Amino acid sequence: MTSRTDAANRGSSNASVEGARLEVRDATVVLGGQRVVEGVSFTAAGGVTALIGPNGAGKSSLLRGIAGIVPLASGSVRFDGADLLGQGRRARARAVAVVEQELSSEVALSVRAAVELGRTPHRSLLATATAADDEIVASALRTVGMEGFAERPFDSLSGGERQRVHLARALAQQPRLLLLDEPTNHLDIRAQLATLGLLRRLSAEGVTAVAALHDLTLAAGYADHVVVLAGGRTVAEGDPRSVLTADLIHEVYGVSATVLQHPRSGRPLIAFDTEETA
Amino acid sequence: MPSARRDRGLALAWGIVLLVALAGSVVTAICFGAADLRPDEVLRSVASHLGLGDSPLNALRDGIVWELRLPRVLTAAAVGAGLAISGTVMQALTRNALADPYLLGLSSGASLGAVGVLLLGLGILLPVAAFAGAFAALIATLLLAGAAGGVTPTRTVLAGVAVSALASAVTSLVIFWSATGDSFREILAWLLGSLAGSTWTTVAIAGVALLVVGVPVLFSGGALDSFAFGDATASALGVNVTATRWVLLAATALLTGAMVSVSGSIGFIGLVLPHAVRLLTGSRHRALLPLSALAGAIVLLWADTAARTLFDPRELPVGIVTAIVGAPVFALLLARRRSA
Repeated sequence: MTSRTDAANRGSSNASVEGARLEVRDATVVLGGQRVVEGVSFTAAGGVTALIGPNGAGKSSLLRGIAGIVPLASGSVRFDGADLLGQGRRARARAVAVVEQELSSEVALSVRAAVELGRTPHRSLLATATAADDEIVASALRTVGMEGFAERPFDSLSGGERQRVHLARALAQQPRLLLLDEPTNHLDIRAQLATLGLLRRLSAEGVTAVAALHDLTLAAGYADHVVVLAGGRTVAEGDPRSVLTADLIHEVYGVSATVLQHPRSGRPLIAFDTEETA
Repeated sequence: MPSARRDRGLALAWGIVLLVALAGSVVTAICFGAADLRPDEVLRSVASHLGLGDSPLNALRDGIVWELRLPRVLTAAAVGAGLAISGTVMQALTRNALADPYLLGLSSGASLGAVGVLLLGLGILLPVAAFAGAFAALIATLLLAGAAGGVTPTRTVLAGVAVSALASAVTSLVIFWSATGDSFREILAWLLGSLAGSTWTTVAIAGVALLVVGVPVLFSGGALDSFAFGDATASALGVNVTATRWVLLAATALLTGAMVSVSGSIGFIGLVLPHAVRLLTGSRHRALLPLSALAGAIVLLWADTAARTLFDPRELPVGIVTAIVGAPVFALLLARRRSA
């Protein structure tokens, strides 16, 4: 995948297709008796949305709740005007793809077979892969720059390569809503930028993307919209330029930082204070 | 460029090869034994019983074909296919390469039931008791896993180990207290797995289980594939994880229970064959399930032929043959997998 790392190059993309609107209302997720997500609401009007917040803030559970992998104890998720969780699983899986973090497999799967799983919701129980499926799988592999790896065993790949295969699997689902749980984990900086750059390109093609991210500067640099979670609740939501302030970072993470501005894009750059700067 | 369709062509080719090999094996295996028979005699004898022409064999030899060897060979093939299907499904559902059809305590439960009726001299009830024992063990396993916080793969496997251990211990205790020389031999043969008691009744039990439960399970390939990266991914791909797991666990239990009830607990078929077939055609379950079934049928059929002819007139329990061959093969497969 080609990495367009220059923030200024991205600019506004007027010619792009607008992604559909995701509306999460009062979402509550209860796991093992704990309310890990409590009454979270946010709206993503297409584009790339970053979910940020400390460990245990409920980012993963919220993503799983939106995808219908875990049930919402209360609340609703609407996507493109329709009740997402009221739909059948297969119909939902044709619209929504999920990239979970750190997925391994005991099964000796080839990369191509792993990506082909993305076609599951699009074909009937008995049907096998068609020429169109083959083309979609090949195209997904090309999009993430893994076309040369199709016949490799999945378990022979590095962490970063696995992450890209999972992304390709999600793309093979041809989703209109892409949910990603820390998609940049285990990636070197080049691969991180490439992954986030890919999310931007996909969003320009009409995919609504929501990604849980740890790196605040990356989130600020690539997201149209950030949702800040802490203790299972929404703390702030909005444009990264206005949301990511030193006060908010201190409140949410308990660390002090100086928020600078990228000289060209004007997006926030977060510089953490150390003993030296304190 | 290689594609999913090329893989399918390969799987189809293997399917045809194995199907032909199975048909050939059935006829050839019948020829082996104390009374020497030729393939053409076997074919014509079988045809005569199906109303086509006359048997070339005298009544005694014809009886050997139709009443002894054919039911035995067919039972072996059906049991082998059933165990291979169960093993493949269990390995996929638990995401555990070491899973086999007996993982949830099925064989230990069946053994307890079987040993009970054998000691009471009610051998006629053996299939029923074995099946009941297998099912009781399964339910105990699922209840235990549920009580421990939910039927997840890991908890289910651990609960199965616990139930297995308990049932085996009780079985040993019962044998130790009550078995005499003769019943001990009978029990041991059953515990090790044996097809010596095959009749048309066992063909019917194993065959019906295979057709009614095993064949529908062959169509779960797409769902099983989606479990490769765990429950959450399967769910995100539109699969109803809980329902799929329960239905397939119940089906595997029924299938395994039926097979164990006619053959005792024959090891290694359900464990090793899915791994061996994966090396041939990859991990896609649409191909893996039917090919494992065919391979399981062929392998158990020949293992049983070896068991009844190798040390003629003494007969080995076929479970010993599958273990002697299966254990080193499994070790080889593991070594290959590690280096791959």
